[in-house]
Amino acid sequence: MEEQKPNDRIHNFKEVPLGFTEEKAIIEANRCLQCAKPLCVEGCPVNINIPEFIKHIKEKNFREAIESIKNFNILPAICGRVCPQEVQCEEKCVLGKRWEPVAIGALERFVADWERNNMLKSCPECMPPNGIKVAIIGCGPASITCAADLAKYGYDVTIFEAFHTGGGVLVYGIPEFRLPKAIVADEIDTLTEMGVKIYYNAIIGKLYSIQDLREMGFKAFFIGVGAGLPMMLRIPGLKLIGVLTANEFLTRANLMKAYSFPDYDTPINIGKVVIVIGGGNVALDSARTALRLGAEKVIIVYRRSEQEMPARREEYHHAKEEGIEFQFLTNPIRFIGDENDNVFQMECIRMKLGEPDESGRRRPIPIENSEFIIDTNTIIVAVGTNANPVLTKSTPELKLNKWGYIETDEDGRTNIEDIFAGGDIVTGSATVISAMGAGRKAAITINKYLLKNK
Amino acid sequence: MDLETPQIAKKAHAGNFIIIRINETGERIPLTIADYDRILGTITIVFQVVGKTTTLLSYLNEGDDILDVAGPLGNAIHIKKYENPVVVIGGGVGIAPAYPQAKELKDAGNKILTIIGARTKNLLFWKDKMASVSDELIICTDDGSEGIKGVVTEPLKKIITEKKVSLVIAIGPLIMMKYVVLTTNGSSGLPKIDTMVSLNPIMVDGTGMCGGCRYLTNTGEVYFACVDGPDVDGHTVDFDNLIKRSMRYKEQEMKSIEHYDHECKAIKKLNKDKNE
Ligand SMILES: Cc1cc2nc3c(=O)[nH]c(=O)nc-3n(C[C@H](O)[C@H](O)[C@H](O)COP(=O)(O)OP(=O)(O)OC[C@H]3O[C@@H](n4cnc5c(N)ncnc54)[C@H](O)[C@@H]3O)c2cc1C
Ligand SMILES: Cc1cc2nc3c(=O)[nH]c(=O)nc-3n(C[C@H](O)[C@H](O)[C@H](O)COP(=O)(O)OP(=O)(O)OC[C@H]3O[C@@H](n4cnc5c(N)ncnc54)[C@H](O)[C@@H]3O)c2cc1C
Ligand code: SF4
Ligand code: SF4
Ligand code: FES
Repeated sequence: MEEQKPNDRIHNFKEVPLGFTEEKAIIEANRCLQCAKPLCVEGCPVNINIPEFIKHIKEKNFREAIESIKNFNILPAICGRVCPQEVQCEEKCVLGKRWEPVAIGALERFVADWERNNMLKSCPECMPPNGIKVAIIGCGPASITCAADLAKYGYDVTIFEAFHTGGGVLVYGIPEFRLPKAIVADEIDTLTEMGVKIYYNAIIGKLYSIQDLREMGFKAFFIGVGAGLPMMLRIPGLKLIGVLTANEFLTRANLMKAYSFPDYDTPINIGKVVIVIGGGNVALDSARTALRLGAEKVIIVYRRSEQEMPARREEYHHAKEEGIEFQFLTNPIRFIGDENDNVFQMECIRMKLGEPDESGRRRPIPIENSEFIIDTNTIIVAVGTNANPVLTKSTPELKLNKWGYIETDEDGRTNIEDIFAGGDIVTGSATVISAMGAGRKAAITINKYLLKNK
Repeated sequence: MDLETPQIAKKAHAGNFIIIRINETGERIPLTIADYDRILGTITIVFQVVGKTTTLLSYLNEGDDILDVAGPLGNAIHIKKYENPVVVIGGGVGIAPAYPQAKELKDAGNKILTIIGARTKNLLFWKDKMASVSDELIICTDDGSEGIKGVVTEPLKKIITEKKVSLVIAIGPLIMMKYVVLTTNGSSGLPKIDTMVSLNPIMVDGTGMCGGCRYLTNTGEVYFACVDGPDVDGHTVDFDNLIKRSMRYKEQEMKSIEHYDHECKAIKKLNKDKNE
């Protein structure tokens, strides 16, 4: 696939991969063997009929291709871009055993973009309205999927979103150069066309409690509030100025468009050298955003090795091409500040890998006397998130696990009859597609529940 | 300034705040709910013009819309009847958020001793409103243009030397809260008294998501002002760090203003006394 050249793209926030042309897409589609027992489908969490849609691309029937995908996944333009395909559909593709797997994600993206660019997107058909009100809390991918499915079944759906815009992590986390915000906005528009009402700036647990919503006539609730709370490293120097969480950094940069400062009012200042701590998508996104905001040098410090890095592979390659430095097997032990509490150095220690831990990954162990210091202007901490307690605190009856995430059964039921949940608030930080899968399952369960209680 | 927002008015309590965004390109800024009227469905905000967003806010006319208003955020303060009087201190714009706390505590049957302070006479406001919920109202100004000449800790020292006090509430500039805490934390030789302060660090989301509003305690614990506060036990707060943090975006905020208004009209307005 064509990409923006590293030297150009580090100065802009435009998308990095440019997408397939029609010819390229057809050539790629022709590589697919049309397996009778397609393993790729097993690798996809929502089991898209991959050979079928690829076959339509081969035959230039793009419309059929997109319709086929949409039977399983309503956000193909998004998943085609952000799914970790290398551990899902593409990992299982038989071609991958000896050659490159079929670029399933890129093909999915291609047909979704084809549909949008040719203005062929149509509003999915909905069953006649049944007048039953359902409330969806949060407007991330789990909620969007659940809302769309329920609208198709004919429910009167209202989404309550804390922020002034919809999309959840898709807008405030994942940066523009990986997922253009216009695509997310477009999906939200489709929802409203389907008759879903979206109520912004509505923090459930503050503005309304679930009980208030019950009194307003809502008959069932889906909670998709994500895993918002940033985790902190417990090391000295956390208080220093210039040490920030990835959430704050990315929210300022993405949601509040600090990269267009001063046209947009939200400021951000990072200085010349930026260190990012962590090895996931969040760390890579922060690092690449910092580069685009003008940092001269960006260093990622990760305590395990390259192999254990949970980030999407393509992004890791992109980051390397862009000149991001990686310090693997390195752990921060202390942030060091000047007399005004501005951070200017970070002390680290080298690590080696020991026995595998509960997560199956080899546990990093510090190597004695290997401490060293890196000079820096800004440190961005991207070591994970916890459950956001705002909603769950206001609904004390709701059963949580010991980490504060909502407990549900396989179908999205919580311990309260009319409340369902899915996405990161149930699983902890996961992926867009798994959140969508959970939203879809919950929609089916909610439908059953409401039919029974009619 | 009053905002018509019936649902927030219905849920608001002393200690809560809102986050507003004025226009598409605007910043999200937090402002305390200084008063609310559940019947009219309005909340009152009082703000000081310090930068671009607050400047734009001051240009709004009656009947204008604000793009986004989210709230009520933060924890409401705990209202109960205390054994001894409660001292409520409001400094500068902090007078406004101090008012609903004094009011709710008064309604709960407490004896309220209020101290309000400002740099100079014409920065004082809501004197009558404050008096109406206080058993005693003390006014001080730095320059002595009204009331006692001096800072709010002077009358505070006097009160706590003379009387038993159950609780001190201090809302105002960080530096003021810092000195109030130094007065009441037992280190000054005066009795130690529980002290609640209202933190206003830089915020983005206000829902515990970004961590930008974090503050540290003296023992190094991290809390988020937006979800753990904004009203917190003053004796635990590392004020020096908060003061330094609050300066972090100073330079750029100035750029934002310059960018917005080359003639610096806004900056001229900056010092203009502003209330309601
Ligand atoms: C920087 C970053 C990069 C990522 N990259 C990838 C990637 O490349 N590929 C991938 O698959 N996944 C990626 N992820 C993970 C993925 O984005 C999440 O797993 C997914 O978005 C979870 O969806 P969700 O619907 O559960 O919640 P979210 O997307 O978190 O949405 C939750 C929504 O609920 C709202 N909300 C919260 N509390 C309330 C309340 N009380 N009332 C009302 N609304 C509320 C929030 O404002 C938010 O809009 C990334 C995550 C981050 C942070
Ligand atoms: C919980 C809370 C309640 C508050 N209540 C009130 C209130 O009732 N009345 C009032 O006048 N002010 C209040 N503030 C402060 C108010 O939010 C800031 O004055 C406002 O954000 C400044 O915006 P600006 O664009 O006009 O100025 P800017 O140009 O953004 O900044 C000017 C100065 O204000 C500081 N500042 C900028 N953004 C923030 C921010 N988000 N929070 C705190 N300080 C900031 C900057 O460091 C700078 O020194 C409150 C803050 C918090 C956190
Ligand atoms: S949704 Fe994701 S996993 Fe499924 S086929 Fe598309 S890219 Fe692959
Ligand atoms: S496994 Fe690979 S080759 Fe086989 S159908 Fe799927 S994409 Fe095509
Ligand atoms: S304002 Fe973002 S966590 Fe408090």
